[in-house]
Amino acid sequence: MFGYNGSGWRALTTEAREREIELARRLIAGEPEAFERFVELFRTKLFQYSLLVCGHHEDAEEVAQDALFKVFEKLDQLREPERIRPWVFRIARNACLMKRRRSVFAPAEELSLDELMPVGAGDGGQRKLEIADWSALPEDQALRAEVQRVVRQAISELPDIYKTVLLLRDIEGLSTTEAAEVLEVSEEVVKTRLHRARLAVRQKLDWYLRSAQGGRTPARG
Amino acid sequence: MENNSHQHAAECRRIFALLSEYLDAELPGDTCEEITAHLQGCPPCVEFLESLRKTVELCRAIQAGEQPGPLSQAVRRQLRALYQKALAARGAGHDGSGDSAMMKS
Repeated sequence: MFGYNGSGWRALTTEAREREIELARRLIAGEPEAFERFVELFRTKLFQYSLLVCGHHEDAEEVAQDALFKVFEKLDQLREPERIRPWVFRIARNACLMKRRRSVFAPAEELSLDELMPVGAGDGGQRKLEIADWSALPEDQALRAEVQRVVRQAISELPDIYKTVLLLRDIEGLSTTEAAEVLEVSEEVVKTRLHRARLAVRQKLDWYLRSAQGGRTPARG
Repeated sequence: MENNSHQHAAECRRIFALLSEYLDAELPGDTCEEITAHLQGCPPCVEFLESLRKTVELCRAIQAGEQPGPLSQAVRRQLRALYQKALAARGAGHDGSGDSAMMKS
């Protein structure tokens, strides 16, 4: 069996989403404590999403705040509380776009599948990949923190169109359909970009692990 | 022999493009079965898939890093005002008992 068993993560995500949906229902119903809880929860989420997209603390604060204002401005338009997470992230995505339009213009950079493929020597099933020993990922807490830093850095270096897909799918737990709606692209585009984003992060991690394992890190383009 | 080797490499390449969908169980059943069958005879693809699976796990395990600074009272008041307006627009109804306390800054 080679399929992915992400059931633990899925269960946590589902539980968190059920809590958010309940909170959204209470917010819409005007329950007194819902406002404060909603602001605290989603302001932190919006800030952390914006920080990974924008890369700067001040920009992320500004974007998170702008997005939160928009959320409350448009709250009367939210018809389905169960869609609260994609609804909020659509607003966040637009706020990030506005911020970037105001600051820098960066042309969309494409990640090539060929450049993300590992190099292999030999034929067929006898082929040996030139990749790190991933079974040796550090268990030690300090080293794990270092790996987390590498992952965070790798995500932040992704071109925007890939980064937003990975953040929505793998960090915020949106489905392919929801991410497609937030980003206003087809589900096929979401799948393609997500795969390339993951491959690019994998490649950076592989370089890091090979270097940590005393191997030679390939030249980076 | 060489033909088989080329065919196998082409198959590895085709599968390489589908590995995320395979991990996410988003492929049609027959494609999924084809990939599983290929993986059973291709240790390099299994090794690569494992590294991709761990990458996804690490992305999902990213812990909250920096936190936003405190929200100013002025911003909080503006948000509350917008919230009250949205509730009124939704026709949620306000009897003043619960919300009035909430709207105090």
